Amino acid sequence: MTHIGKDLGLQPRMGFFTDSTVCIGCKACEVACKEWNAVPTDGSVLTAESFDNTSALGANTWRHVAFVEQNTEQGFRWLMSSDVCKHCTEAACLDVCPTGSLFRTEFDTVVVQQDICNGCGYCVSACPFGVIAQREDDGRVFKCTLCYDRIGAGQTPACAQACPTESIQFGPLDELRERAAERVDALKAAGEPGARLYGADPSDGVGGTGAFFLLLDEPEVYGLPPDPKVTTRDLPAMWRQAGLAALGLLGAAVVSAGFDRLNPRSRR
Amino acid sequence: MTKVREELMVPKADFGTYYGRPILKEPTWKAADIAGYFFAGGLAGGSSLLAAAADLSGSTALRRAARFGAVGGLGFSLAALVHDLGRPGRFLNMLRVAKPTSPMSMGSWLLTAYAPLAALAAGTEIVRPPAGSWVGRAAGLGAAGLGAGVATYTSVLIADTAVPSWHDGYRVLPVLFAGSSAASAGGLGLLTSPSCQAGGARLFGVAGAVTELVAAHRIEHAERLSAEPYRSGRAGRLMTAARIATAIGAVGSAAVARRSRTAAILSGAALMAGSALTRFGVFEAGVASTRDPKYVVVPQRGRDGDR
Repeated sequence: MTHIGKDLGLQPRMGFFTDSTVCIGCKACEVACKEWNAVPTDGSVLTAESFDNTSALGANTWRHVAFVEQNTEQGFRWLMSSDVCKHCTEAACLDVCPTGSLFRTEFDTVVVQQDICNGCGYCVSACPFGVIAQREDDGRVFKCTLCYDRIGAGQTPACAQACPTESIQFGPLDELRERAAERVDALKAAGEPGARLYGADPSDGVGGTGAFFLLLDEPEVYGLPPDPKVTTRDLPAMWRQAGLAALGLLGAAVVSAGFDRLNPRSRR
Repeated sequence: MTKVREELMVPKADFGTYYGRPILKEPTWKAADIAGYFFAGGLAGGSSLLAAAADLSGSTALRRAARFGAVGGLGFSLAALVHDLGRPGRFLNMLRVAKPTSPMSMGSWLLTAYAPLAALAAGTEIVRPPAGSWVGRAAGLGAAGLGAGVATYTSVLIADTAVPSWHDGYRVLPVLFAGSSAASAGGLGLLTSPSCQAGGARLFGVAGAVTELVAAHRIEHAERLSAEPYRSGRAGRLMTAARIATAIGAVGSAAVARRSRTAAILSGAALMAGSALTRFGVFEAGVASTRDPKYVVVPQRGRDGDR
């Protein structure tokens, strides 16, 4: 995979490391994101799902704090994690976008150009994380930009800036991955066998993510797919199959023409 | 019975979920527009192929009917596609770029090239061009070549998604869509042409219907969890109805359509109905597979088949 900025030696790949073990569920990230990016409300509903009233990432929820309540052998535990667009190395949304509205920035993040999007919805079905979504009254799709405007001006994204516990960390991805690996080791040594990184492995199905996480349980417990794979990896095989099927159709048409010509009963 | 089983699915799951919520977003596409487009686009592409075949074999009535059928299918397709955009006024943004990684981009260019040829071929049926029949023939052959692409690329379009029941079927879907396209075009030929000229349409339609039946069986009974939505609920009912209609159409076309005009009309209509039902069934199966997180989690956990 090409990393535009990095390959030119100009700009390292930037990303998020979200350490869920220090998340206190304050939702400051959600609020800061809404404020900075002028993201409209989803409408207020009480879901009765712990403290979570936004339920999932969507067109109007670019940071989503998950609240998981668990009864374990050691007693009750509360898992909280702030989810966000993964800014995949191999981004299916970007691959399938037919207008070029979705693009990769110099920070190797994935951003929608809102004036280009024509609302076709292809990216929505392509995203293996269920992140990008359509705003119903507007028709276009929206998601986290990793605060493209702020980081371009040398600032920290709004969510990371607002996070009071440094659960959300922003920085060059290489540094974040090193720091996260050390944190997992420290947690395991301190008796947290469930500590694991999610999205930090460049050999996974999406080539690793620009926004990755430290979790204490299986990803699906937080509403994340356990081992997603970018759909476009199979695209060459799909085109091959479609090519064969199209040849089959052409063959059937040729046979039909010949059949009709030779058939003595079809006199006109 | 099916209903009860569906209701039990989430509570009985042996994997963690986030309050049973889906992981994937449901497709934003509306069935009438997009499944309707798959049918209409398939009908158009298949009809262009059939029209070219009829042109080469000298079946003028079939050629004429199939060329008009292609333009009708094309017209519905374009209207449905633009209607389904969240921002219909921005349809032309599709032509800003040409991206081989985006089947929708490739399809947009394919339709852009196909549409004028199909229209020109049909136009020569109404206004005889001064240069004689070769204009219609050249346009018709061009439309047939591109029509084979129009009829099949839509299978790649839905397979190239994270939707489990669509993506996992990517080997069979192109064959299913090609067969369905030929069945519908053959069906329209049977409906509109005198039986002495419909031999090619019968052959094309029956070959398509048999392909459609075999491919649908394969996708419904594949050894994977994501085949389940093709057999249950609304999608399952649509696929069953499609199978019945297509089988009736195929048998009718092969056995009795030659002798009776009524039988030809009924067989042709059944083939077309079967093709449309297949597209709606495939569409609904994909949507259903995004609603239940088990279709994402269980296969990704490597426990496929262990329910």
